[in-house]
Amino acid sequence: MSQKKKTTAKIVSQKEIAPQIFDLWLETELAQDARPGQFVALYPKSEATLLPRPISICEADKENNRLRLVYRIAGKGTKEFSAWRAGEEAALLGVLGNGFPLDKAEGKKVFLMGGGIGIPPMLQLAKELQAEKQIIVGYRNRDLFLADELRENGTVYVATEDGSTGCAGNVMDAVRENGLKAEVIMACGPMPMLRAIKKYAEENGIEAYLSLEERMACGVGACLGCVCKTKEVDHHSHVHNARICTDGPVFEAKEVDI
Amino acid sequence: MNTKVTIAGVPFKNPVMTASGTFGSGMEYGEFVDLNRLGAVVTKGVANVPWPGNPTPRVAEVYGGMLNAIGLQNPGVDVLTERDIPFLKQYDTKIIVNICGKTVEDYLEVVERLGDEPVDMLEINVSCPNVKEGAIAFGQKTEALYDITSQIKKKAKQPVIMKLSPNVTDIAEMAKAAEAAGADALSMINTITGMKIDIYRKKFVLANKTGGLSGPAVKPVAVRMVYQAAQAVKIPIIGMGGIATAEDAVEFLLAGATAVAVGAMNFVNPYATVEVIEGIEAYMKQTGVDDVNALIGAVG
Repeated sequence: MSQKKKTTAKIVSQKEIAPQIFDLWLETELAQDARPGQFVALYPKSEATLLPRPISICEADKENNRLRLVYRIAGKGTKEFSAWRAGEEAALLGVLGNGFPLDKAEGKKVFLMGGGIGIPPMLQLAKELQAEKQIIVGYRNRDLFLADELRENGTVYVATEDGSTGCAGNVMDAVRENGLKAEVIMACGPMPMLRAIKKYAEENGIEAYLSLEERMACGVGACLGCVCKTKEVDHHSHVHNARICTDGPVFEAKEVDI
Repeated sequence: MNTKVTIAGVPFKNPVMTASGTFGSGMEYGEFVDLNRLGAVVTKGVANVPWPGNPTPRVAEVYGGMLNAIGLQNPGVDVLTERDIPFLKQYDTKIIVNICGKTVEDYLEVVERLGDEPVDMLEINVSCPNVKEGAIAFGQKTEALYDITSQIKKKAKQPVIMKLSPNVTDIAEMAKAAEAAGADALSMINTITGMKIDIYRKKFVLANKTGGLSGPAVKPVAVRMVYQAAQAVKIPIIGMGGIATAEDAVEFLLAGATAVAVGAMNFVNPYATVEVIEGIEAYMKQTGVDDVNALIGAVG
């Protein structure tokens, strides 16, 4: 694994691709080490904020040394990010986290499931994973950000909460409605979605890998802020708490209590 | 130029340490900084047995700082001695182990367990605001602090640092009680109890409701308390609370601290410790100070 570092990136471009959803490209050497499902921690510049914000990697363009982050405005940090313009500089810490275990899914029939702002990491995963990819994505409404790019990398099934397009409901409704089957699941999204996937995977004896989220401070495994409950005793504190930032964010569903 | 300081007979190559709980046992930040550069690594609080800590969310950002309610999650002293101490022994830095407990017996068990370990000093956490039993209960009344300090001093083979809570009426009285009970040094401040409320959800942001405030927001409080304690006792003080830069560190030295610790700012800038060390040297050069000891308590 490559060494983590705090570095400065040049902002290549930024645009709003759906209401409150921003698409940020950064030029940074961290792109060389980025794997699907990993994240970086991006620093707001305002002195009213202190901690960097963990944001998943949507795309890593190694050839051009570029990282793509697609995020939703969720608070004052991301609000500040959304005002950044091409040519400015940004500080970030990375590359963080374990990423999705591609080897568990190579050549298999796979669900790549993303819900809301959990959709962006599915793009790099879909690009790198060599498998029979069924990409199932859940949106609030017809603002289908990233859907066209996902279609270039697999068969896409869309669900919308308001039923305005695709299957009405969530990603699990899309699985049922389309009669889809998989041997392995890789997912990122809100907790109710991940819980439903964990249950589905258990009932159907499917291996599932879930990317979890929690409030973080250090992002490197030192502060013990972002833990999740685990079935087995964790290797760090020997209790039942894995660190989402370093042991995760991707965990096998049966290993975590969510 | 001399940057060496001595605390209770233990020599430190420079006065910059890590604040307990913000640096693990050094492994994670060893990817960012050369641990050989540090005056000491102060490890995350360790108890006699593993503690699972509090539910999440455990951390929240606030203006100029952060709240945490980790709840002293730790693997217990066995893992510390088998894994963390051997790891730190590879480096040329001092090892200070921070100890927590629910009862006096818990603390004494860890103190005795560490007696023959290659640990340079013990730091006793009687000031964590985030656990229900023990910890801060020993650090908010002079009698309780005197009692636990004297009991630990009877068993400890290494010099003992008592880590004081800022959540008290009179810090000077607490400092005097620890000194009278035989403490070899003091460290201060632990975090200040705080709270954050999500006004749209009408919920506490932290699962624990309250959390300890740290970061730049607490620095003036910490500097004031270090000054007051330094005026009240003769034993050395390790100052901490919101140190982000060398300028912050020098303020603590001038207030009367013999050494300083970088805490929450490690989370913001993983290179903060080494930058503070280099910055202190630059400050000494710039202001014509040959010996860092000349800065200690030099405000006036």
